[in-house]
Formats: sequence, structure tokens, C-alpha cells
Amino acid sequence: MKTPFYEEHRSLNAKMVDFHGWVMPLQYSAGIINEHMSVRKRAGLFDVSHMGRFEVKGPNSLELLQNLMTNDISKLQENQALYSPMCYESGGIVDDLIIYMINRERFLLVVNSSNRQKDFEWILEHGNNKQTGSLSSSASIEDVTDSMALLALQGPLAQKVLQEVVADINFDLLKPFNLLNAKLFGVECIISRTGYTGEDGFEIFFNSSEVQLWDKLLHVDSKFDIRPAGLGARDTLRLEAGFMLYGNDLDENITPLEVPLAWTVKFDKIQDFVGKNALRTNMLTRKLVGFEMLQRKRIARRGSEVFLAGSKIGSITSGGFSPTLNKSIGFCFVPSDVPFDQIVDLSITKGAREGTDGREVVKGGEGGEGGEGGEGGEREPRPMGIDLYTAKIRNTRFYKRNKEVKM
Amino acid sequence: MEYDDPQVSLHMQDAIKFTKQHEWVVIRNGIAIIGISDFAQSQLGDIVSIELPKVGSRFKQTQAMAIVDSVKASSDIFCPLSGEVSEINENLSEHPELINQSPYESGWIVKIRPSNPSDFDSLMTKQEYEGIVGEEKDIETERGL
Repeated sequence: MKTPFYEEHRSLNAKMVDFHGWVMPLQYSAGIINEHMSVRKRAGLFDVSHMGRFEVKGPNSLELLQNLMTNDISKLQENQALYSPMCYESGGIVDDLIIYMINRERFLLVVNSSNRQKDFEWILEHGNNKQTGSLSSSASIEDVTDSMALLALQGPLAQKVLQEVVADINFDLLKPFNLLNAKLFGVECIISRTGYTGEDGFEIFFNSSEVQLWDKLLHVDSKFDIRPAGLGARDTLRLEAGFMLYGNDLDENITPLEVPLAWTVKFDKIQDFVGKNALRTNMLTRKLVGFEMLQRKRIARRGSEVFLAGSKIGSITSGGFSPTLNKSIGFCFVPSDVPFDQIVDLSITKGAREGTDGREVVKGGEGGEGGEGGEGGEREPRPMGIDLYTAKIRNTRFYKRNKEVKM
Repeated sequence: MEYDDPQVSLHMQDAIKFTKQHEWVVIRNGIAIIGISDFAQSQLGDIVSIELPKVGSRFKQTQAMAIVDSVKASSDIFCPLSGEVSEINENLSEHPELINQSPYESGWIVKIRPSNPSDFDSLMTKQEYEGIVGEEKDIETERGL
């Protein structure tokens, strides 16, 4: 599948990769580190049109969502958004998503692209089930992914950029997780102050035919030096900011209480929600924490194991390089009693080929994984074994933005 | 240029050989200087760390001898010819980005004292290598990637 901005990415010489069936820009010619720092220091523009978008409508929408989400949707006012996990009865996570209340009978849901079909069916099924019986006739769900484009403008200058385009709206008044309707270059948009980078920023929804908005936003004014940013930078930015990624740090066997999402589980909300009983009674034996490596010889990636005094205590769910800290960082599961500042060992396999979502590897690794034209047989793998690298356990917030904006 | 000049210069482009795994080799005064090709560095993207072998360690041809990590992926570097490591590029530990910036010069990786001179002859010429790189690019284009 291609987003509406496919040709724009190609003309910017983006390195395109398959991401859950979408052909997406991994990076542009400047490279991931440059794109990452552009977002931290100025502003970057992301095409996130691959994210799934649903519209839930009807008088019982709120009730339906309240039943499915662990967070308290009843706290939402019109034009506000809320982040929430959606759980199975087991407490495991179906998906994590943002719910935007357009009005009391109309909600926009933005879900992970990898979960789009599953989420749609899950919500549909619960709209029709016996427990919530009458909902089927008074709440409906529609997948609006293809008709709606989604761009994310992120970085300390993002507000100044939008302010330059829309003079008659004071963006100071648009608080985090709030949204408004505005015309950008004559195009009707929903603009929300949300993002996945740890910076101030906006997500902009509009009709997918208005492709020109990509170029217009990139070139608002050269003084902003806005850069296009790809999935590679999106991943390093979210990792630094402590945002979890479904499929890595969250999945159907992980509950929101095992990861730093306890704040999104509202046991005291009036309506019951799917997963509540399991979440209330399950023993917590592990927790997701951050780690930072103390040497810079290797980059710890997903799948590597965590050792304490020679025993395996957990494994890495997301790992990579932090351009801001200039070291290898990530998230890992460890037993609940492991304290912050604990020094652990990470095992990083020799010679293994590891990639995260890009999976763009040219140089060979062990035989058999060569892919197109691979010549695994000709190469000798490294001697078997692993190397241990020291790391320190810490919280998952590696980066906290400075709220002062300078230009 | 002497082989021990830290700024290895490749004026003699015809003397450069390549492997299918994208290492390059030139021989200077009997010592093989090894790095990865410009194509390889551009495909890997920003290189952020490297694990180098120890001086004195021995490798057989095609054996993995170093690992580079880019932001997105880890990759082995395979020894293009059998021999003993005579020198490593220490600058890379602090500045692995030199491999991106200057893959054929200040981004060289190791020097090897070859134990079997005919290994060099088995490697690809620049023209042959450009042929396979061209094919890889074609595959990418066909896939729309």
C-alpha cells in the first residue's frame, strides 16, 4: 500500500521500506541522525498516513469505547484526545491508541497500522455483543484510513510554523491533547497537539486528495529549515521519549500494568471495561524499564537478553542508538524487584543480523538469511557465542524536552 | 602513499578489489587495507558503533572479523583474505561516522598481513563489483523500494 505522499517521498530520494504492508520512507538523504536532531532542535515533518483511522459514531459511541478502553473516556470534552490501551479479558493488550472526541457522538480513533484489521474487528464484535446488546443499532464504526491523510509536524518550532500559516488562530490556546479545526492553505484540517517524538508538535488530519500540503508545510519559510523525517527517526525519537511500540514493548501477552502505563488504567471508572478483572487480580512479576549501555561498542537491539550475576533475568523489547545521548539505549523486561541504577549485562549475539522495523541490511550475516541473491553458503559465520556488555537499569524517559522555545 | 599513512588514499583505483559482501581491499607494501564500499555505507545509513578485532588476531578468508552497527542494523564485516591483523583504525571507536563520510580513506577499518597472496586474485575487480551493485539497485527499483 502507498500513502498519498508516496511520490513526494520518492522525489526526496527517500529510502523506502515495507512497513506492515505500507511502502514507507525509512529515511531521506540526510539520514536518521540528522532527521532526529532536526526534530529535537527545529521541526520535522512525518507522513504517518499508514496509521489506521476509524470513525466511531452514534449515540452509544461513548459507552462502547468506555467498555473497551482502560482509560476513562468520560473525562473527554469535545475537541479533546486521550491515549488508552485496549485490552483482552486476560489483561493483555489488543492495541494502544488515541481517541479524539469530535463531539459526543463522533470519535476518531488512531491505531497502529499493524493492528488495523484486528482492532476494527475487535471493536465491531464488541459493538454487537450481548453484554452491550443495544449498541449495534446506535454505534457504528467505519475505517476512514484511505480517505484521510495524516501528517505529523513535530519539534520546538512546530507551533511557530503553524502560526505563520494560520494567523487568526492563537495556537497558544491549543493545549496538549486538544484539537481544533483550521484551514491550512485553504484545506480543511483537524489539528491536534499530539505526537510520538517527545517534542511539542501537531498531527494534522485532512482529505487524502490534498497531497500538496506536504510540500506547502515543508516550505512554509526557509528560516524554519523543516526537514522531512522518516520511520527511522520516528523510532529513535519515540525510544528516547519513553514511548512504547506495539509489537515490541506491548502485545497480547503484556498488560498495561507491567509497562509504564498504569496511569492509563482507571479501575475507579464507573463502567466496567474489558480486562478489568484480570488486571486487578494478576500478580505482577516483571516490569518494563529502561537501560543505557555503558560502552559504545555495539548497539543493543530487540531480542538480546539481560543477565544479572550470570543468570538471565529478562530480555530487550526495543533497543537502539540515542542520537541525543550518543549511546545505546532501550527498554527491557526485568523482575519487579530490580531497582533503578542496577548494573546488568546484556548479551549481544556475535555476527547475528539484527534490524528493527527497517530490516534493510545489505552486508551479510550468518548464512541462510541472505535474502535476495544471498550467498550464505560462501560465508563463514563467526564462532558461536555471545558477548556481554554492561548496562545500567533506569526509567524509560531518556529525553525530556526543554519547554522554552528559542529561535 | 605508504601503507602506514593513516589517510589511506586510493589514487590507484585499478588496484582496488571488492567482495560480494561489499568489503574493499587494496594492497600497499604487502599489507592489505580493508574497508566497506561506498554502496555499503550508504545502504547501512548512519554508522554509530564498531567492534574491531585485536591486532595480532588471525582470520581466514570470509570469516567475520568486525561488526558495524548503524542506527537501524548490525552487520558483520568479513575478512576478504586470510591473514593476521597488523593494524586497526582506532579513530573509528570514537568516530564510527568516518565510515560514512570517507569509506575509502579515513574510514578504512583494518589492515591484514595476508598469509595467502592468491586470495587477493579471487576477489572482484572494481568493474565486476559495480556490476553487482548495479543489479542490487535494479532489484530495489523493481520492488518499488
